[in-house]
Amino acid sequence: MTAIPMNQTDPTTESSPETEVVSLPTGDVLLGWLRDMMLIREFEVRSMQAYQNRLAGGFLHVYNGQEAVAVGTIAAVNSDDPVITAYRDHGHALARGMKPEVGMAELFGRIGGCAKGKGGSMHFFDAEHHMYGGHGIVGAQVPLGAGLAFATKYRDEVIDGGKSNHVTLCFMGDGAINQGAVHEAMNLAAVLELPVIFIVENNLYAMGTAVERCTAAGTHLVERARAYGMNAACLEGMDVLDVYRGMKPLVDRCRETSRPCWIDMRCYRFKGHSMSDPRKYRTHEEEEQWESRDPIERLAAWLVDRDLLTGENFKQLGKQVRSDIRQAVKWAEASPPPGLEELHHDVYTGNWGPYTGTSKPEFLRRRRDDQETSGA
Amino acid sequence: MREISFRDALREAMSDEMRRDNRVFLIGEEVAQYDGAYKVSKGMLDEFGPKRVIDTPISESGFAGLGIGAAMMGLRPIVEFMSWSFSLVAADPILNNAPKMLYMSGGQFGCPIVFRGNDGAGGQLGSTHSWCVESMYANVPGLKIIIPSTPYSAKGLLTQAIQDDDPVFCLESERMLSMTGDVPEESYTIPIGTADIVRTGSDCTIVSFGRPVHFCLEAAEALAREGIDCEVIDGRSIKPLDIDTFAASVRKTNYCVVVDQSWSFASVGSEVAAELHRVCFDDLDNHVHRVHSDDVPAPYASNLEQEMLPNARKICEAVRSVTYNA
Ligand SMILES: Cc1ncc(C[n+]2csc(CCOP(=O)(O)OP(=O)(O)O)c2C)c(N)n1
Ligand SMILES: [Mg+2]
Repeated sequence: MTAIPMNQTDPTTESSPETEVVSLPTGDVLLGWLRDMMLIREFEVRSMQAYQNRLAGGFLHVYNGQEAVAVGTIAAVNSDDPVITAYRDHGHALARGMKPEVGMAELFGRIGGCAKGKGGSMHFFDAEHHMYGGHGIVGAQVPLGAGLAFATKYRDEVIDGGKSNHVTLCFMGDGAINQGAVHEAMNLAAVLELPVIFIVENNLYAMGTAVERCTAAGTHLVERARAYGMNAACLEGMDVLDVYRGMKPLVDRCRETSRPCWIDMRCYRFKGHSMSDPRKYRTHEEEEQWESRDPIERLAAWLVDRDLLTGENFKQLGKQVRSDIRQAVKWAEASPPPGLEELHHDVYTGNWGPYTGTSKPEFLRRRRDDQETSGA
Repeated sequence: MREISFRDALREAMSDEMRRDNRVFLIGEEVAQYDGAYKVSKGMLDEFGPKRVIDTPISESGFAGLGIGAAMMGLRPIVEFMSWSFSLVAADPILNNAPKMLYMSGGQFGCPIVFRGNDGAGGQLGSTHSWCVESMYANVPGLKIIIPSTPYSAKGLLTQAIQDDDPVFCLESERMLSMTGDVPEESYTIPIGTADIVRTGSDCTIVSFGRPVHFCLEAAEALAREGIDCEVIDGRSIKPLDIDTFAASVRKTNYCVVVDQSWSFASVGSEVAAELHRVCFDDLDNHVHRVHSDDVPAPYASNLEQEMLPNARKICEAVRSVTYNA
């Protein structure tokens, strides 16, 4: 049915020593996941509109179809575990807790945006929610992800004198895995025993290139990680419950052992690569097949089956989410563009020549203050 | 003469050379089945087949290096970077191998290769995607840099670059690909290192490269209405620089503004200024003024980006200032 039949690599955690039974959180939490996925979808619907209306510029890569991946993986880690991804980053930021209006304002290039309008769609950063970016250069975030994991381990062990207790989620596309930097990072993570989970959002295409056209042994991505001695799994990414159940034991193990792990997450982007992609490289039938596995519909149906949701509640939720995003758009539109003084602000932390320092230099002292406080 | 687009002119240069010389091939991301991310190579796969028009994984360092190895064996690769911003991933092969191969091998192995792609701000792409690489790369001996501003020079310069026996970096602009202009149907070359006087004038020389040449022409029109008659020179090549043509103009006008879209520090603009100060010291009635992008990473927000980049307003101000009309 697709370029790569789903059954070619069985979505299992093949290398887990024993299959663990993962219990799901309560119905309220699951409803929260449903809402998060719907919020992401609606955010993307409105961001595409905004792009067409020229409220947003540059490149726009939307996350429609992949919502279960960001929501399910992020649900499996702690709220202070770092997350980093590529340029298709709205879903991860929202799943991490970024306020939609702040994301929308970034798309609009407004001062209220997460990066004051300086980063744009591809570069969503949110320190408060441990979101270390959206990164525009394919593969660039992967060594950085290893570095985030290095730092959590260093802080936990060297500075706090305890045991490594954080897990970094480092996302990349299927196209990114052929960047040299990704392989260097994988090797480093294995050699230095870094608590990082590399998640390949394998949506089968890198721009117009189907994965098997540019990736050797493209149907067996897990083999790459195993060659680095890494625990690896292929997971089904269109169902948030599958994602969560697959992730949870891997996250726990990564936290426990401080060893990297790699996931081939099978998913599909419902829209084109960016806003200028006619999608001639795939068939309409293929798109329909995948759309019939819509992660939002799927969770909603599951919840209805178990009397955790009624059709009426689902409708209500849809209304609520649409209203939330409408508010976000309003808020973003009301936020002014950055003043011209922002041009020379945040280039350096200090003042010199034309440069006027930065707004939040506290970040430089963050950890040392913690240490001093805890030592006092 | 017929009018074609900049992207068609680039394609004609490549296709003509591929028909003429079967050592020439095109390699890069999405160049074949997708017809090029910006449709520059549209139809080339159909004509030349998958052995000569080759799609790659997203592995800039790998396929740039592969091209260099092939060039050492006597092939003539055209390596497309979707954007020069992505060439930074391939900095080692393109700066450490291609331009030094001839020297490091004592003249045994050359590197007749063309690297080409979009350079400069594409419009709100943010700082990772808006690189102007010309100043940074021009610092390296052993390579040549061309930067066409019209469909005509795109075809002539790229044809010359493919025939050239040294590595040539061809800097195009996403913002100009749809621009049309007169282009002869037959194949022709423009020698690398020759500038073009695109507007004659007597009061001030404006030298520029690539897309900002058009901003200079716009500024020259506005300044003409104020009674300042500018001569606009399209450098066309950055390495080598056609200082002789710039100097001849400056000897006539006695004033000069250089417009370079890259950052000012150790830049093409500073190089042109330094050279003109050396060779035209006695002819200049003011020091050469320069217009660059502001020394900050490219911002996403449209108003900030426009403020950062060179534009006609800034060029007018610089011309008024250098000619004491401010
Ligand atoms: C180094 C580099 N090369 C090329 C690009 C242009 N580019 C942006 S996204 C993309 C495709 C990436 O596909 P994939 O990794 O599968 O991620 P997806 O878009 O499917 O989420 C390409 C080639 C880039 N941003 N950086
Ligand atoms: Mg992909």
